[in-house]
Amino acid sequence: MNFPWLTVCLLLPLVGALAVMLVPKASARTAKRVALGFAVVTFVLVAIVAIGFKADGPEPYAEDHTWIAAFGAHYALGLDGIGIVLIVLTALLTPVVLVASWHDARGGRWSERSFFAWILALEALSIGVFAAVDVFLFYVLFEATLIPMYFLIGGFGGAQRSYAAVKFLLYSLLGGLLMLASVIGLYVVSAQEGPPSYLISDLAQLDMGTNTERWLMLGFLFAFAVKAPMVPFHTWLPDAAAEATPGTSVLLVGILDKIGTFGMLRYCLGVFPNASEWATPVVLALALVSVLYGALLAIGQTDIKRLIAYTSISHFGFIVMGIYALTSQGMTGSTLYMFNHGLSTAALFIVAGYLISRHGSARIADYGGVEKVAPVLAGTFLFAGLSSLSLPGLSPFISEFMVVAGTFSRHKEIAVIAVLGVVLAALYILIMYQRLMTGPLENDRLARMPDLRFRERLAIAPLILLIIGLGFYPKPVVDVIKPAVEATMTQVGVTDPEPEIPVTEGER
Amino acid sequence: MSALLVPLADFTAPKIEYGELAPLLIVFIAACAGVLVEAFLPRPLRYPVQLALSIVSLVVAGGVTVLSMWDKDRLIAAEGAIAVDGPALFVWMTLLGLSLISVLMFAERSVDGGLSAFAGQAAAVPGSEAEREATALRVEHTEIFPLTLFAIGGMMLFAAANDLLTLFVALEVFSLPLYLLCGLSRRRRLLSQESAMKYFLLGAFSSAFLLYGIALIYGYTGTMSLGGIADALPNKIGSNAMLLAGMGLLAVGLLFKVSAVPFHAWTPDAYQGAPTPVTGFMAACTKIAAFAGLARVFYVAFGGERWDWSPMIWVVAILTMAVGSIVAITQTDVKRMLAYSSIAHAGFLLTAFVGAAQLGSGVTRGVTSMQAVLFYLVAYGFATIGAFAVVTLVRDAGGEATHLSRWVGLGKKSPLLAGIFAFFLLAFAGIPLTSGFTSKWVVFTAAWTGGAWPLVVVGVLCSLVAAFFYVRVIVLMFFSEPSAEGPDVALPGWQTTVAVSLGLAATVVLGIIPGPVLDLAARAGEFIR
Repeated sequence: MNFPWLTVCLLLPLVGALAVMLVPKASARTAKRVALGFAVVTFVLVAIVAIGFKADGPEPYAEDHTWIAAFGAHYALGLDGIGIVLIVLTALLTPVVLVASWHDARGGRWSERSFFAWILALEALSIGVFAAVDVFLFYVLFEATLIPMYFLIGGFGGAQRSYAAVKFLLYSLLGGLLMLASVIGLYVVSAQEGPPSYLISDLAQLDMGTNTERWLMLGFLFAFAVKAPMVPFHTWLPDAAAEATPGTSVLLVGILDKIGTFGMLRYCLGVFPNASEWATPVVLALALVSVLYGALLAIGQTDIKRLIAYTSISHFGFIVMGIYALTSQGMTGSTLYMFNHGLSTAALFIVAGYLISRHGSARIADYGGVEKVAPVLAGTFLFAGLSSLSLPGLSPFISEFMVVAGTFSRHKEIAVIAVLGVVLAALYILIMYQRLMTGPLENDRLARMPDLRFRERLAIAPLILLIIGLGFYPKPVVDVIKPAVEATMTQVGVTDPEPEIPVTEGER
Repeated sequence: MSALLVPLADFTAPKIEYGELAPLLIVFIAACAGVLVEAFLPRPLRYPVQLALSIVSLVVAGGVTVLSMWDKDRLIAAEGAIAVDGPALFVWMTLLGLSLISVLMFAERSVDGGLSAFAGQAAAVPGSEAEREATALRVEHTEIFPLTLFAIGGMMLFAAANDLLTLFVALEVFSLPLYLLCGLSRRRRLLSQESAMKYFLLGAFSSAFLLYGIALIYGYTGTMSLGGIADALPNKIGSNAMLLAGMGLLAVGLLFKVSAVPFHAWTPDAYQGAPTPVTGFMAACTKIAAFAGLARVFYVAFGGERWDWSPMIWVVAILTMAVGSIVAITQTDVKRMLAYSSIAHAGFLLTAFVGAAQLGSGVTRGVTSMQAVLFYLVAYGFATIGAFAVVTLVRDAGGEATHLSRWVGLGKKSPLLAGIFAFFLLAFAGIPLTSGFTSKWVVFTAAWTGGAWPLVVVGVLCSLVAAFFYVRVIVLMFFSEPSAEGPDVALPGWQTTVAVSLGLAATVVLGIIPGPVLDLAARAGEFIR
């Protein structure tokens, strides 16, 4: 039996969370260091796993143990190119968030150590979600991630945190419970054909009736659409992101919401290929609406964090569009987009958090001329903003380009309209930058604003490096994603449309 | 005259399978012995002797049950009156385990200044001089122990009753002690007596319905035995109005005990007024016995008439889930909220029951309805008793502080207790990694396997509504500042500690590794006739 690498990656943060809770309440510093230590070790471990991962070779990390025989549930973990990218993102963002929110938990309802412990617990569960290859295990972990996130929002956020936390929880539960109905339906279908099994590999072989497959797929799709979030199921996100601490928002938008798009790719397409193909027109339409509606609302926001939340809704629209365009370029682009969006939104939320913690207000109107007193802060903010609007040379550009190009090869009209979202992105980012950073100083308190400290620069540095690095050389990540995407394409049974190159007279 | 004088030679003694019926007999004998203890032992000795007697009898009965689960022989005992089959033994074991915890809770004295939760002198007028005297003298009603044992025995008999008369007798044997126990609260006695009165009156009504149903069924089929009814029904021709009416009336009586809507009206009042340990006992054990009885009657006797009764149960299941979860939202008292939650749980259980995923309806693969119902009852029972045990610990000068406004900020005052209660609530809400999730999964799966998938959809939507009010309590406990004169958290004695820890342990274990209990429930198989 191989060494259970994935289980260790999953358990390590969980052990860390317990260890942090065992540190006495008074020594918050020690607790935070312990937490950071565990997060860094987890990252190293995940990095080792990622380096050892061969995208097109045999799977060295698969684990499979029967868990609940009567349910056909397995404790089964495994990696594919899509999962590993998101696991790396999770392991990367967690230590970044810990460093960036080193002091953010002070105003919370509970001790600082519990904030750090919840974050580690969330990391463990998220890694599990991305590594699970059993629908039951996935569902259990998917729902379990709600608990740490609920307490992170409700315990450490702004004035309306309780409201935001409950709204988040109820929306997610609504999606999750409808998915539960589908999960149960899968069992029934599976049990009719033989010994029940929840392994994705077994479920993909199932022969479901057309209507059954469609209904079951809708349960999953609804849960993921709430999670992602897509318009019209998105209203919980701006509230949650605005009330939570910036670190929590990073985890929420950067990791947790990715479960939605990840789930569409792995579960909707992987287990219900025909039904997913049937649903494409509606999903694409909703994705397009998300792209434009999210961007338009972002322009109109007066609160920095709400604005960033709406930009994410727009970005998630792109990701979903790329997935449901059903082209290998679109899907690869979407997966890459998930990773890059994690980086750029994390950078944006974190820098916005630095700004807000200095001035104590999230209202855009309270700022002005910050670049005069805090040039590094303003500079990183501009950088994060430009990466969010997909400036060429930065990593999000590549993924956005791939998504639009991949969509264009099958659905020209949709791709053309979606490009408007890119233009709107420039508007919402640059207008925000202009209002916050340029112009005269709004008041005296702003004039005394300190620039970024060492810790704050340290937290943001890896994100900036990666955004630039992957902007010029995305090949390593793309190479990992590609085989997994091709496998998904085969499962759905679609091939890329033939390019329509006009044949000129001369060549004939 | 000669007809009355049966010659002795013609008389054959009924064959009683003492070995198989031992658990039942042990509990009843201990109950009778408990009455004698009340009569002959001096007052100071009664409490320890009664407690020891109850614990020993329950443990021994449990041990015997486990032993008889081991060997495969299942039989109809006592001349066809009692069926000792897989489900019966499983229910017995569950009942005995949960009753043991309940008896411990009944015996708890340390949370209320050295006195139990029961009235010192139930006959004294509330607020009177006699009552104060009794309290000062530390008088106790140790009769509660034999009463409880009678109730437990009745429940066990109810779950195994193989003919309608035994069913009715068992129903009365376990109901009458419960009516009494409900009225025996030490604190808030008027509320307690009111609850006993309501429970008794409505319970008597429902017994009458049940009896009427039995009469009609007997009139239609000419037999009382469940197997006999099943055999007689296919040969009947002509109008079946009497059968339908009889089934309906029987269902009313049984659904009343299950506290299914629209026969649930007693539940919130009885649960709120009864002493909290009794509430926990009723919520867990009565529901288990009632479901076992309901399933036995309808699967064994009316299994072939499924299409006649299942529409009715469909409606009841939907109503029960919806009313239970929606009305719970507006509750301001912890015990009433848990009462409505228990109604909603009855609804979830009914989905599996009405799905009837079993051999008789052609389902051969996957989860069966009996397995689902049995597993759910175990998971629900432990969590419920644990939750009510926590309720006994949150107190103020007037006894238990059950109003939700008194629970505000409990998480600050006692993080451990609030955390445990939150965990039970998450289990009730069906959050994964708790027993609530696995049990919900299993009942919905059974329902869907039996073809009742619309009920599953209604069920998950009601779960969402239910989740809302459970989360509301968590918000109250953790996200709100405690008021100045908030409640105190009493230091639990060993009895309550054991009850809470067992409830917690079962909720965790059944949530993470439910396999063994599920297999046990699957091995229980189906009812025999």
